Amino acid sequence: MTKTASISPEKIELIKEKAKMSRLETIRLISLAKSGHYGSSFSSSEIFATLYYHIMNYKADDPKWPKRDRFVMGKGHSAVGVYPILADVGFFPKEELDTYTQVGSAFGDHPDMNKIKGVDFSSGSIGHGLSVGVGMSLGARVDNENYRSYILMGDGELQEGQVWEAAMSAASFKLGNLVAIVDNNKVTVDGNTEELMNINPIKEKWENFGWNVVEVDGHDIEALVETFENLPPADSDVPTAIICDTVAGKGVSFMEHGYEWHVANLGEGDIKRAIEEIEGGN
Amino acid sequence: MSTTTFHPDTWELYKSLELSKQLTAGETLAKLGKDHPEIVAMSSDLSKPTRLWDFGKEFPERFFNFGLAEKNMVTAAAGLASTGKTPFVSTYASFLGILAAENIRTAVAYPNLNVRLIGTHTGIAMGFYGTSHHATEDISITRAMANMTVISPADGTALAEMVEESVKTYEGPIYFRVSRGREESVYEKTDSKTHNKIGKANTLTDGNDLTIIACGIEVNESLKAAKQLEEQGIKTRVIDMHTIKPMDTEAVLKAAKETGTILTVEEHNVQGGLGSAVSEVLMESGIPCKFKRHGFYDEYSLIGKPYHLYKHYKLDGDGIASVAKDLLDK
Repeated sequence: MTKTASISPEKIELIKEKAKMSRLETIRLISLAKSGHYGSSFSSSEIFATLYYHIMNYKADDPKWPKRDRFVMGKGHSAVGVYPILADVGFFPKEELDTYTQVGSAFGDHPDMNKIKGVDFSSGSIGHGLSVGVGMSLGARVDNENYRSYILMGDGELQEGQVWEAAMSAASFKLGNLVAIVDNNKVTVDGNTEELMNINPIKEKWENFGWNVVEVDGHDIEALVETFENLPPADSDVPTAIICDTVAGKGVSFMEHGYEWHVANLGEGDIKRAIEEIEGGN
Repeated sequence: MSTTTFHPDTWELYKSLELSKQLTAGETLAKLGKDHPEIVAMSSDLSKPTRLWDFGKEFPERFFNFGLAEKNMVTAAAGLASTGKTPFVSTYASFLGILAAENIRTAVAYPNLNVRLIGTHTGIAMGFYGTSHHATEDISITRAMANMTVISPADGTALAEMVEESVKTYEGPIYFRVSRGREESVYEKTDSKTHNKIGKANTLTDGNDLTIIACGIEVNESLKAAKQLEEQGIKTRVIDMHTIKPMDTEAVLKAAKETGTILTVEEHNVQGGLGSAVSEVLMESGIPCKFKRHGFYDEYSLIGKPYHLYKHYKLDGDGIASVAKDLLDK
């Protein structure tokens, strides 16, 4: 990539801190629920923080602002990492997070658009997200609006056939306002993606479906910012897929790369170790 | 979109589509489209057989053909609805209410979005195409979804009226279940009178000996049956229960009290469909009533031309009259 990002070192530092905050809050919230998705939330932390603190247009005091950029998680199980960010940017008071997974709480393992301000679409059924994004992007086209739809998917999600129905339609409908973000953390519930059901080569698949493809280190804030800032214009004709090379469980050494941490519950000692590592990390 | 399907060389398809006069959603939406910019429509390579193309040709920028990808289409409709649009999605019921059921449940019903799904060629209207193209489970599937309204209009006028209502005043997701469109009509289309209102059953004939509660194309067949029964001195009340959910329970309970015998008729498996819905209302009311569900008795249809199949399964006027007679004689 030749263009450079228009971002100050201070802002990069802020986004890094927010990604840490997302990880720390994920640990706290999962300790309330006694079970949750660590690995796949940590692989997306920098992506969440970059989008919400630098890239996306939205109004926390007007969550349904029609011109806002949309963010949809095909991998809705990473919602626990996004809730703290939505609270932090002002969609709702942070105290509300304390109800996480309790009876009647707005905050479950997967996000509900009708209960949580700032959630653009309910998710949980893996493989739906990109189709939702196709619909949102068509809506923007019909209304002559310039917002983008950012759809975060896991690499395991690419095993769902519907993703490729959506990919085909996005290219056919010329949705340059649609951005697929693949959190390529290389693990699923049962094992390593490549061994379990190989979806490689990812880049070529998207290219062959008619997408513009960018590969980036999904934990490098500067590289992420640069990638998002240099997207083709929203009114262009080709959708973009950003393949993020990520590490499942990123930030906590004993979780990194381990599919066993997709869903888990840390004991007290491990929580302490994990918090220390995240706080001390870069 | 190419217009080659309408080339004179393909006369048969052209003729076939011409026969689908009761598939009125597309033309209704075309009329409403100017005043309702929120209407968008989509099909999965069946825009012509569903006649949704009647809207598409008027508003090509608001019409999307998704190709053979129903799950993507339904979910994208949900995405469009989240931006304030009212999407109308139409394809064969076997590929909508059945194939895309999970997408309807999770992406449309659960978020309670204003998506209107129109499953056409339902029941056994596709005759010798076989079970893959039949839909005798879609009422059961969709009515099990919270937030979902389930409507099986008796004809094209009923479909047009309720599509219009769904654009102008109705909130929440709707599954419309319609036939192939070649059927006889029940309601006379007029500008001055609306015959069908979502959630309100229509009592089409008076009678206190027996009630037939039907939906979809079986309403007309039930009217034929009622006429036959009348010749035998049996006065039949025919109720068009076009809205299966939420059901007009008052009409059911009134019929139970006043006629003491209820026969439900549907082009659907008796497991979970209109008959099941009516029986739930009856059982919970405690009103004693002779009762039978008529439809497909937990079986897949034989292959055959629809006309012969309806006769075989006693879903034509003659058949329904004989089933009703047996019930009364029991």
